[in-house]
Amino acid sequence: MRPDLEIISRWIRPDSSVLDLGCGDGALLQSLKDDQGIRGYGLEIDSENVTSCIKKGINVIQTDIEAGLSDFDANSFDYVIMTQTIQAINDPVKVIHEMLRVGREAIVTFPNFGYWQCRFDLVFKGRMPVNDALPNFWYNTPNIHLCTIADFERLAKKEGVKIMQRSVVDRKHKNNIRTKIWPNFFAEIALYRFCKAY
Amino acid sequence: MNNCLPKNSVGVVTPVKWCYEHDFTFKCGKVLSGFELVYETYGQLNNNRSNAILICHALSGDHHVAGYHSENDKKAGWWDNFIGPGKIIDTNRFFVVCSNNLGGCSGSTGPSSINPATNRHYGLDFPLVTVEDWVKGQALLADYLGIDRWAAVIGGSMGGMQSLRWAIDYPDRLSHALVIAATSRLSTQNIAFNEVARRAIMSDPDFANGDYYDKENKPEQGLMLARMLGHITYLSDDAMRDKFGRELSDGRIKFGYDAEFEVENYLRYQGRKFVDFFDANTYLLMTKALDYFDPAVDADGDLSAVLKDVQAKFFVASFTSDWRFNPSRSREIVKALLDNDKDVSYLEVEAEYGHDGFLMKIPQYMSGMSAYMERIAAEVECG
Repeated sequence: MRPDLEIISRWIRPDSSVLDLGCGDGALLQSLKDDQGIRGYGLEIDSENVTSCIKKGINVIQTDIEAGLSDFDANSFDYVIMTQTIQAINDPVKVIHEMLRVGREAIVTFPNFGYWQCRFDLVFKGRMPVNDALPNFWYNTPNIHLCTIADFERLAKKEGVKIMQRSVVDRKHKNNIRTKIWPNFFAEIALYRFCKAY
Repeated sequence: MNNCLPKNSVGVVTPVKWCYEHDFTFKCGKVLSGFELVYETYGQLNNNRSNAILICHALSGDHHVAGYHSENDKKAGWWDNFIGPGKIIDTNRFFVVCSNNLGGCSGSTGPSSINPATNRHYGLDFPLVTVEDWVKGQALLADYLGIDRWAAVIGGSMGGMQSLRWAIDYPDRLSHALVIAATSRLSTQNIAFNEVARRAIMSDPDFANGDYYDKENKPEQGLMLARMLGHITYLSDDAMRDKFGRELSDGRIKFGYDAEFEVENYLRYQGRKFVDFFDANTYLLMTKALDYFDPAVDADGDLSAVLKDVQAKFFVASFTSDWRFNPSRSREIVKALLDNDKDVSYLEVEAEYGHDGFLMKIPQYMSGMSAYMERIAAEVECG
C-alpha cells in the first residue's frame, strides 16, 4: 500500500464509517475494510478505477466530486478522506466545507509545494518543479491549486477548520529530524486530519 | 449439430409453459383463477440451488433473452450479447431464468388469452397489472422451480424496476439487485409520452375497444405510432443524428408526404416490425404498469424509508445520454440506498446511445458489470 495511505489507516478508528473522495482503485478502502472493519464508500470518476473497486468488492459511486456531495446527508460519515486530490480541484474551499458537512472529521493529503526541491527548481532553475510527488509538466499537470504546508494551515484558520493531527513526510514517507525542524521545507507530502473549529 | 449457431451462444432453447392453478389477486383487486407463465432457462442449477439468476424484461421484451429457437433461427434472444457461456452473465456458472411478464403477449396469460368466464379474449377486461404483480408472479415461479433465493435479479429499464421491487418485496429472496437504466418512478414527461402512445392505439378505428382479436383488422396503425414514438425516446438526439443524419432515401427531396428521410423509413420499419409480434392491449397494460410504479408512495414519497429493509446488494447503472430515464433518476435510487447504509455500486456510463444503451456492448458498461457479476459468481462458488 502507498505509504501515505498507511499513515491514514493509523488515524482511523476501527469499525468507523469512511467516505473516500477520489478513491482510485479502492486500495485504501479495501485495507480499512479488511483490517479495521470500517464501512465505506468511494467516489471515483475514472471508469477503470471504478471497475477495480467493484472487483475488490468496494462500494463505489461513479461521480465527479466537483459536482458536490449532495447525495450525502450531513454527518453521515465518521471520516471523509481525500488523498492527493485537493490540488487538482476547482474549488478546494467548497470541497473542504462539503467534507466537514458530510463527515465529522476530514483527512486530506497533498504534495507540499514548499518542499525544498520545488523551491530549488523555481529559484535556481527558473522552472516549474517536476519531481516524484509532482511528476507532470506545467502544461499537462492536473494540479491547478498547489499549495504549501503554510498555505494550507492559513486557509484552515481562515475557514474555521481545526487541525487535529498532522503528519509531514519525505519522499520515502518517513518522518525525520529535518521534516520535524522545518516541515514546509523538508516535507514532500503533507497529511492532515481536521474538523470544524466550532 | 449447432454448426450454424455461434459457439458462445446457449444454442437452441425451448420455452416452457408453467401453469399456476390457484387464485391470484392483483393489486387492483381483480382475481384470476390461475395463470400461465412462459419462461426459458439456460445453464444448470447447482446442488445448493444458489446460482440462479432472474432476468426481468423491458417493455417490448419477453422470456426469450438468449439463444435461438431453432438451428435456422437468425435472431438471437434480446440480451444474447450478455448471456451465454463465458459471457458477462455466464451460463457455465449461473442458472438463468427469464419469464414473459403476466399480461404479456408472448405466451404468458394476458389480454389476448381466453377468459374462461366469458370464453372470449380478455381484451380490456384483463386486470390492470402492476410491477408488484409481476414480481409476485415471478416469486411463484421461483417457488415452483425450487429457488428460495436468487443470486441476483437483473433488469434494464422496466426490468430494472422489477429488480428494485424484488429487493423491496422479497428482501430475503435475492442476494443482489442489478438496476440498470431504470427509475424508481416515471417522470411527468415519461407519463405524458405513455399517454400519447395509448391514445394512438385507442383512437385507431380498428381498436374496437380492445376487442379486436377475432376481427380481420387489428389496431396496427395505432400500435405502430406508439412504437415509433417510443423509439424516439429510446435514442438520443446525437445517436439519431449519427445514425441517420438528414440522409434522404432517394438522395433528393420529392415534395411529398412519403417517407423521404432515412429516419422516417427507420421509424416506420421499426413500427411495422413491432406490430407483427406485439399486442396493442399488452402495450396499453404495460405502459400503465410503468406509470403506476412508485414504491415510495407507500412511505409518503420517501424512497429511503421504503428501502430501509432491503438486504440485497445493489449495482445501479445509468447512461449519460439516456433522457428517458436519465442518470439523476438512478442517482435517486443510489441516494436512498446510501441513506440506509446499504451496499451499492453505481456506474454512470458515458455513451451516446440513449436509453437503449443498456442493451449494448459499451466497454465501460461491460467491464463494470462483468466485474460485478464476477463477484456474484465468486460468492456463489464459495458457498
